[in-house]
Amino acid sequence: MLRIDRRLIKNFDWITFSVVLIIALIGIMTIYSATRPLAEGENSQFYLKQSLWLLIGIIALFMVVSFDYIWLSRVSFLLYTGGIILLIIVFILGKVGMGAQRWLNIGPLSFQPSEFFKLIYVIMLSHQLGIMNGHIKTISLFRLFFLVVLLPFVLLIKQPDLGTALIILVIFFSLILAKGLHRKITVLLVIIGLISLPFLGGIFWDGLKDYQKSRLIAFVEPGADPTGIGYHISQSKITVGSGKFFGKGYLNGTQGPFRFLPEKHTDFIFAVFAEEWGFFGSFVLVSFYIVLILKGLQTARNARDDFGKFLALGITFMFLTYFFVNVGMTLGIMPVVGIPLPFMSYGGTALLSNLLSVGLLINIRTRRFELFH
Amino acid sequence: MSKESERIFVIGYVVITIFLILNMRLWQLQVLQGNKYRELSENNRLRIISIPAPRGILFDRNGIPLVKNSPYYCASILYGEFDKGKVDLLSKVLHMPVEEILEKISTEKPGSFIPIRLKEGLSFDEVAYIEARKSDFPGLVIEAEACREYLYGTIGSHIIGFLGKLNPAQSKDPSFRDVPPDAFIGQWGAEMLFDKSLRGIPGERVIEVDSLGREIRLWKENPPVKGADLRLSLDVNVQKEAEEAFGERAGALVAIQPDTGQILGFVSRPSFDPNRFAKGISYADWIALIQDKNKPMLNRALQSQYPPGSTFKIITAIAGLEAGVITPETKVECRGGISYGNWHFGCWRKEGHGIMFLHKALVESCDVYFYEVGKRLGIDRIYDYASSFGLGKETGFKLVREQRGVIPNTKWKEEKKKQKWYLGETFNTAIGQGYVSVTPIQMAVMISAVANGGNLYTPQLVTDATPILSGKINVKYETLDLVKRGLFGVVNEPGGTGWAAKSELASICGKTGTAQVVAMRGSSQQDKFRDHAWFVAFAPAEKPEIALSVFVEHGGHGGTTAAPIAKKAIEAYLKNTKHINQEHDVTNRSQAD
Repeated sequence: MLRIDRRLIKNFDWITFSVVLIIALIGIMTIYSATRPLAEGENSQFYLKQSLWLLIGIIALFMVVSFDYIWLSRVSFLLYTGGIILLIIVFILGKVGMGAQRWLNIGPLSFQPSEFFKLIYVIMLSHQLGIMNGHIKTISLFRLFFLVVLLPFVLLIKQPDLGTALIILVIFFSLILAKGLHRKITVLLVIIGLISLPFLGGIFWDGLKDYQKSRLIAFVEPGADPTGIGYHISQSKITVGSGKFFGKGYLNGTQGPFRFLPEKHTDFIFAVFAEEWGFFGSFVLVSFYIVLILKGLQTARNARDDFGKFLALGITFMFLTYFFVNVGMTLGIMPVVGIPLPFMSYGGTALLSNLLSVGLLINIRTRRFELFH
Repeated sequence: MSKESERIFVIGYVVITIFLILNMRLWQLQVLQGNKYRELSENNRLRIISIPAPRGILFDRNGIPLVKNSPYYCASILYGEFDKGKVDLLSKVLHMPVEEILEKISTEKPGSFIPIRLKEGLSFDEVAYIEARKSDFPGLVIEAEACREYLYGTIGSHIIGFLGKLNPAQSKDPSFRDVPPDAFIGQWGAEMLFDKSLRGIPGERVIEVDSLGREIRLWKENPPVKGADLRLSLDVNVQKEAEEAFGERAGALVAIQPDTGQILGFVSRPSFDPNRFAKGISYADWIALIQDKNKPMLNRALQSQYPPGSTFKIITAIAGLEAGVITPETKVECRGGISYGNWHFGCWRKEGHGIMFLHKALVESCDVYFYEVGKRLGIDRIYDYASSFGLGKETGFKLVREQRGVIPNTKWKEEKKKQKWYLGETFNTAIGQGYVSVTPIQMAVMISAVANGGNLYTPQLVTDATPILSGKINVKYETLDLVKRGLFGVVNEPGGTGWAAKSELASICGKTGTAQVVAMRGSSQQDKFRDHAWFVAFAPAEKPEIALSVFVEHGGHGGTTAAPIAKKAIEAYLKNTKHINQEHDVTNRSQAD
């Protein structure tokens, strides 16, 4: 079934692959440090689990690279339907975790369908945009929004998985902007947006759970709630800042393992890294992400076809949004939205889904010179 | 196609901008504010726990401990682990009302990792009960602290002193900077005087804690340095005997080793129980003590000043002999008083003493004889000799603020009263009445100087201190010898006013004194108008080892109330010395008999 083409190896995007692998390995090191046992007898399996997921993810990545991505365009509707069904199942059956229904248990594993849904969604959207010619017409815009975006958005908000829901919207708007809109539509959208903002804002605010509201309040005024989410933000800043220029050194960080910083190995893993490696390490790490993203944009620009271009663009936007929002919240310049840092935060489903996405990027880049299929 | 590529190019700029924003923010947090955040993270992680240093023990001069550090137990609660539903049960166990517990808990900041002190000084029963049922009270901890226990209670409390928390003035004083805010320090007596060396140096445990304040590991530990033990010059037997001899009476006693100035006994009564202060005294109790009409907090040995009465005749006699206005053979006839102008100056014995000479005048304490000596000396010469014996100025014993007393002279009267000096006032001064006033400790130093041949020592409280000679009185050996013989007679000869101090154990020399409360002489039956009793003494006569002054408020005549107290204190001291040096004592007695 897998036929390895020589051209495939020759054109393989080793830079993207290496950058992602390095980031993932840094992630495992940091997960170990953040959850390292402080006393005899304590034990932490997080880094081992993450390593296992990384291995699975790399195998999956190569599998994704081995077939032509255009095939996905053909099954996009099927995938999308499957994805929506999964979200509905989560909504009905999902176990409660962290005040939100996100996980599905399959045997001993629990996984987050929304992590895979993002990818399916990008494929669907890219397919839809790819088959359109020229600028998007108003009617197709609305059709796209109501059929592809709104349903998963509502389902995700209801879970609630605020982070993923926002990503869904961001990707939609970025991709339609990239596709190109008539100026009239752009202006119309902006006006509608501005008029409905307070109204939508109210609905949005009422729909939020208490912990989500407190996150937003805390972002505006961190001192208001020093024991709750404000504590979270200030501890994150302390963690990052205390690293100074060269950091405290690997395994010398204290904020994470001593539990001053909550969510240290998941959403706030960047802070743990910054504490131990300082500005120097953070600069290097941020640069790796930027290389990955710029490489993704280059892949989109050079893609063989429109589907490939939008797919690469969508995935890159996803990474960019995740990266910027996550690091931004860690540094206290973005509200605390519960989204992980791609490739670093602990979480098997996310890592696997992200590696699959990278596999698609590499796939698109590798096949950029193939004119026909 | 190319338009879309252009858009992607624009996105590239956005990405670069994001890159710059993140790095600028990282630079701000990690480089510009790095020191601040590093400190905050250290504060998160490290907690300093002070380990109190055991306080030095006070011993008496024979090595008998006067205090001990006994453990006392406190119940505290760790806020985070406390189950509020258990408050009723807790209230029963600790015997304190629910409201009080809730109030103590509510005043504490939530999230504080320091245990909240609920009750101090738990009984052993309470400790045993709680320890046995620890799992019923999560978060409840029993903390052991050291508490000063004063083994002799009220005995010697004014000189041993007590501990207390820093008062507001001390908190601002830089010399108490390294004292932890809740620590107990010496606030009275020897505990205060030698606080610095008794205190020791508290140790420190620096521990790493997690966000719940749980200890993760020990970072650094400096063990405390125990305070230095101290051997006071006090003899606890003297102290005990003397205080018991006082009974319910108010007054003071200061006993001094004549050759060194070391204090052997120091009484100020009524006194207080220092154990009441050991765990911190309540404000109400403190006010009650301060405002008690019997003034238990007044140090009568240093702070009360009264006319010395006839004990002052020692000074008048020495001055007379030294100035050459009298000889041992100088005779004065006592007919129960003399008249001077419109005034009559009586002798305490209204029927008169008959023909008096120095020895007999001292033994029988004849006032008329000393009126005559005073008249011949004049007030200024009396003043000179009294001053050379340290009267009218501080002895330099820095226990509490000391009163200086008054030794009047013509200049003093002109300055204070804007009047000239009258001869009648000289008469009064010569027998220790009128303007003259002294403190018990001054009298002890004075009689000690008489005993040791004219050396004025500053009183000291520790055995290994070098004697501080504050003055040497220029007085002939013969003069002192004559006076001493007189003082021996006061106690040991027939008709001597100090007969009540006569001892089988040692040859005691002494002098009685009675300080008038009202101008009317004679003893009133009403206690508050009764005269104050004085007795100064030393013993053994040949080689004095102890000199003392006794003052009994409203004690009436010195011979009847003060002298027996002096005798008991002297005997208590010499019994001990006899024990140590029996041979020496036997010699003394054979000479005395």
